[in-house]
Amino acid sequence: MAPPDKRRPGFSRKAQYKIFTGYLVAFLGAFGGLFLLVISYLDPAAFSAIRHGAADLTRPVTEFFTVARSTGQKGSSEVSAYFDAASKNAAMQRELEQSRTQLIEARALKQENERLRSLLGLVEEEGQPVAIARLISSTSSSTRRFATLGAGRNQGVEAGQPVREQRGLIGRVLSTGINTSRVLLLTDSNNVVPIKRASDGTVAFAEGRGDGLLNIRLINIGVNDIKPGDIFVTSGNGGLYSPNIPVAIVDSLASDGAVGHPLSDPAAADFVVVQPIYQPELVPEAQGGAADGEVNSDDAEAGTESSSEGGQ
Amino acid sequence: MSTAYQKRIDQEPSSIRIGLIPILSVMAGSMLVLFIPYIASMPLLPPFGLMLLIAWRLIRPGIWPIWIGFPLGLFDDIFSGQPFGSAALLWSLVMIFIEILDNRFLWRGFWQDWLIAAVSIMLALIGGLLINNVIADAGNITILLPQIILSIFLYPLVLRIVAWLDRKRLTA
Repeated sequence: MAPPDKRRPGFSRKAQYKIFTGYLVAFLGAFGGLFLLVISYLDPAAFSAIRHGAADLTRPVTEFFTVARSTGQKGSSEVSAYFDAASKNAAMQRELEQSRTQLIEARALKQENERLRSLLGLVEEEGQPVAIARLISSTSSSTRRFATLGAGRNQGVEAGQPVREQRGLIGRVLSTGINTSRVLLLTDSNNVVPIKRASDGTVAFAEGRGDGLLNIRLINIGVNDIKPGDIFVTSGNGGLYSPNIPVAIVDSLASDGAVGHPLSDPAAADFVVVQPIYQPELVPEAQGGAADGEVNSDDAEAGTESSSEGGQ
Repeated sequence: MSTAYQKRIDQEPSSIRIGLIPILSVMAGSMLVLFIPYIASMPLLPPFGLMLLIAWRLIRPGIWPIWIGFPLGLFDDIFSGQPFGSAALLWSLVMIFIEILDNRFLWRGFWQDWLIAAVSIMLALIGGLLINNVIADAGNITILLPQIILSIFLYPLVLRIVAWLDRKRLTA
């Protein structure tokens, strides 16, 4: 059935003007959006106050859902644990035997390591964690990969601090609100992390692809001896991430490096740890701003792009 | 006749409710991304705010002025993670696009409306990716495919929700 046509107002001037004004205001709205885009391109932090305000306000609710999720995950894994208890038990016995001997070896190695380090005068202290919190939401409908962390300025979180979980690096804090902060995830295409191969220290960069995988780019182009299964950890270069946080495992090879997936899983992590910046003196002023600076590099195009969209 | 019905007979629902339910439902759709505690590693969640907006627009043409995409888009920008202004621009364009189609093709059914919605959602998602690509190189269009397909197939469900809300809105 065709709807009654209210948009052809006949000869009424007033009604005709009304339609015209509607279109005019709609196009003005589109240009307003474009204008805001240009502003957020020139100054990415421009609207972060609104966003953090909203995140802070909604935090109690989002946190509630997150807690519900993690208890749900725990519950389901406990139930499924009953089903193959016997075979699992046997396997775990075997594993325990193995790891016992490995543990003894590891202890010996650790002692030796400490001795050698003290000889070198290299006493490194891993910084105390700044905060331990949950990731409470993420931008799951956007192509950018941000997550909201349930801790902010009040908990001592600052822009630039690395965020990790037990299994590996998750990302870094981009900006902070009062009780929440925004985390740039490892898989965001704008996140570049200096890494090295765990086995021999081959230096590389990990770069997000936006689809959950990482591009691993070697700095020494030409000798690509990466093999699938290689593990990469942070190298500590740049002073932002402390060294030896697990980052990625290689899946397949590419022409200038490899493609891997992150070792951490933000979706499964119950709590994440915010660490202090590894060597703050090496990091340029306001790391969050610097990171956004990269975002900014080609703004003028953004404007033309969206305006051509508007033209369609 | 039971008293439960007597109360509802000859009653107009309040105009506040008639006006607010569509707007609030779209805002709730925009905020849904907050309440799904899954930390996604790729875009997958359909843009529910936009889908609700389109569904309302197609079910009830005329409840909103054409420029409604701008304010509701601004609200969506707060939560979506896109650069600020992205949804304000794209939603405005989607509203103009639908308005033009609405005037041109008067005889439409469910399938044609679905097609219009599918094309609008697809254009908006691709537009969002292009905006991101200009600002930060967010990858190529293939990463959007799962999200686009999911959105298109979830649209009839959103339409059902909107139809249900519409009934609640207009019955006292």
